[in-house]
Amino acid sequence: MKARTLYQRIVEAHTVRRLGDSGQILLYVDRQILNEYTSPQAFAALHAAGRPVWRPASTIAVVDHVNPTTPQRDARTMVIADAGRALQVQTLAANCKRHGIALYDMLDARQGIEHVVASEQGLVLPGMVMAAGDSHTTTHGAMGALGFGIGSSEIEHLLATQTLVYTVMRSMRVDVRGRLGHGVTAKDLVLALIRRIGADGATGHVIEYTGEAIRSLGVEGRLTLANMSVEAAARGAIVAPDDALFEYLQGRERVPAGRWWEQALTAWRELRSDDEAVFDTEVSLDADRIAPMVTWGTSPDQGGTIDAAVPDPAGESDATRRRSMSRALDYMGLAPGQRLDGLPISHAFIGSCTNGRLDDLRDAARVLRGRRVAPGVRALVVPGSSRVRIQAEAEGIARVFIDAGFEWRQSGCSMCVAMNDDHLLPGDRCASSTNRNFEGRQGAGARTHLMSPAMVAAAAVSGAITDVRRLLPDAAG
Amino acid sequence: MEAFQTLTGVAAALPQAHLDTDQIMPKQFLRGIDRSGLGNGFLFDQRFEAPGRPRPGFVLNQPPWDRASVLVTGPNFGCGSSREHAVWGMRAIGIRCVIGTSFGGIFGDNCSRNGVPAIGLPSAEVERLMVLAADPLRCRFTVDLQAQTLTTPADGRVLRFDFDPLRRDMLLRGLDAVGLTLEHADEIRHFEQRHLSGQSWLA
Repeated sequence: MKARTLYQRIVEAHTVRRLGDSGQILLYVDRQILNEYTSPQAFAALHAAGRPVWRPASTIAVVDHVNPTTPQRDARTMVIADAGRALQVQTLAANCKRHGIALYDMLDARQGIEHVVASEQGLVLPGMVMAAGDSHTTTHGAMGALGFGIGSSEIEHLLATQTLVYTVMRSMRVDVRGRLGHGVTAKDLVLALIRRIGADGATGHVIEYTGEAIRSLGVEGRLTLANMSVEAAARGAIVAPDDALFEYLQGRERVPAGRWWEQALTAWRELRSDDEAVFDTEVSLDADRIAPMVTWGTSPDQGGTIDAAVPDPAGESDATRRRSMSRALDYMGLAPGQRLDGLPISHAFIGSCTNGRLDDLRDAARVLRGRRVAPGVRALVVPGSSRVRIQAEAEGIARVFIDAGFEWRQSGCSMCVAMNDDHLLPGDRCASSTNRNFEGRQGAGARTHLMSPAMVAAAAVSGAITDVRRLLPDAAG
Repeated sequence: MEAFQTLTGVAAALPQAHLDTDQIMPKQFLRGIDRSGLGNGFLFDQRFEAPGRPRPGFVLNQPPWDRASVLVTGPNFGCGSSREHAVWGMRAIGIRCVIGTSFGGIFGDNCSRNGVPAIGLPSAEVERLMVLAADPLRCRFTVDLQAQTLTTPADGRVLRFDFDPLRRDMLLRGLDAVGLTLEHADEIRHFEQRHLSGQSWLA
């Protein structure tokens, strides 16, 4: 048999039938998650056609995009003033009730950002196919699964048929040799990759990450990496399962136990690319040459290392890229040659499906311990899920954030997508652990610099973008 | 889905690279539970100074492009968020076809599901079309999906383009994808039984 990549093996194991001669298949999907803003139109279309939901048990629903993240959470605070958004939440609840779909509503202890909730519940397991109406569904590739985002029409298709009409993608291997240095995280790795291959560098591809640096990342670091791979246009990003993942999974709510666990483990250990498998595209990076990264522009590939200066569009030979750079610098209020290190900020935000997990909060807390947020900076931390929040409180991390002057908030997408009341104002400059520095992403006219949670913490206490390595104890220490 | 066969209309040039769906459909327009009202939101910050106050300098606010039905776009148009609202809004202002070197993957899929062919072309061709689209006297294009040709009378060119056959068929006939897939319902059910029983830990 022809050698296959892990991606190809997962796709083949989920192929119901081929469709025509053009390479499309009917792909069986094991799991999906619904949210309140991309699912209502899908349900409406389903209802208009009088169709049932194929397999309600394969789906969970979470309110995450529009809910408030006020520090207190109760029936009094979780009230959405905006009538449209309130109706989205009510509609999700009504649709879930009608079809028997599990819903983690605003007051549920399991509520959180859909991608954070899915992994902490063990909803997505190795070898599965997972799709959801949110582009960051690539996150779940860290589970040794195929995850990808879809639009509302495809949500409808999936609800009605448990399948998608799917175009098989090309395979890209990103091999990361060596180990990340002190103070350098999965976020820096993925920002370095995106800068290297471009925001469309993985168009039409599913990435498989391999190499020592990936193996030595914790599962949460892999989640960050897979999550942000979509910012390089990847349609999936997989890390083959290993003992670190199995240890992470064992005991979680939706993960099989006992005899089933042993059986599953045997199958999961087989999930890897064949040795002879050929990838359409190969990229390699040296982890030990990656430094903390910061974006200066309005596309995730417009970034550099913390010691870099803002580049000069005049030095860019490609006309389209030159225009993008000029537009980005204008929007960001930056000039060519300006140093990123030392650039003053007004806001610091830690959270999102990219960097709102416990390891992210621990990384930031390590920097914040014994320090205070600089005067004039508003700093927020929005845990990725209600469970992350509880765990962080139990570990004493919440206290570190609060003592440092951060707002310790409830979980949700919050200021990453700014679809609730958490948003910036024109001209605000934010050090952000999120995934998109697009124009207006965190609020109209707001300026976003993407970086790791530890780098955000360093910026918060310094009042300016700064190299976190100067604030960390020595690697040896 | 509304079928797409041929279209003759005004093409507008949007050369900006990586024009993401947050810009194509900003968050304040994502408060609904249906597909209505999204025409106002399409590229809001580029089209409007404030609600109801168009920016006169923006291409889609100027004749003849205020009647555009084709967009010639920069690379990676529609990247970012999966929000299909971006395509619904684009349709609502009358855009029925997008042409560029590459599109955001989910955005491209969403286009196909809404009767909007997203046509990928080599960069030299897109550059040629961008120049034509920017000229008020040369910006009329004809897209024939059946023949897979793009005709630009201004320079007398008839360009043949690649298009995925299955998507083409769906667009030409305006087919309901869910209905078509459900014709395979028995096959899906058999697959599902085998798939789940082969992984008994999922039981």
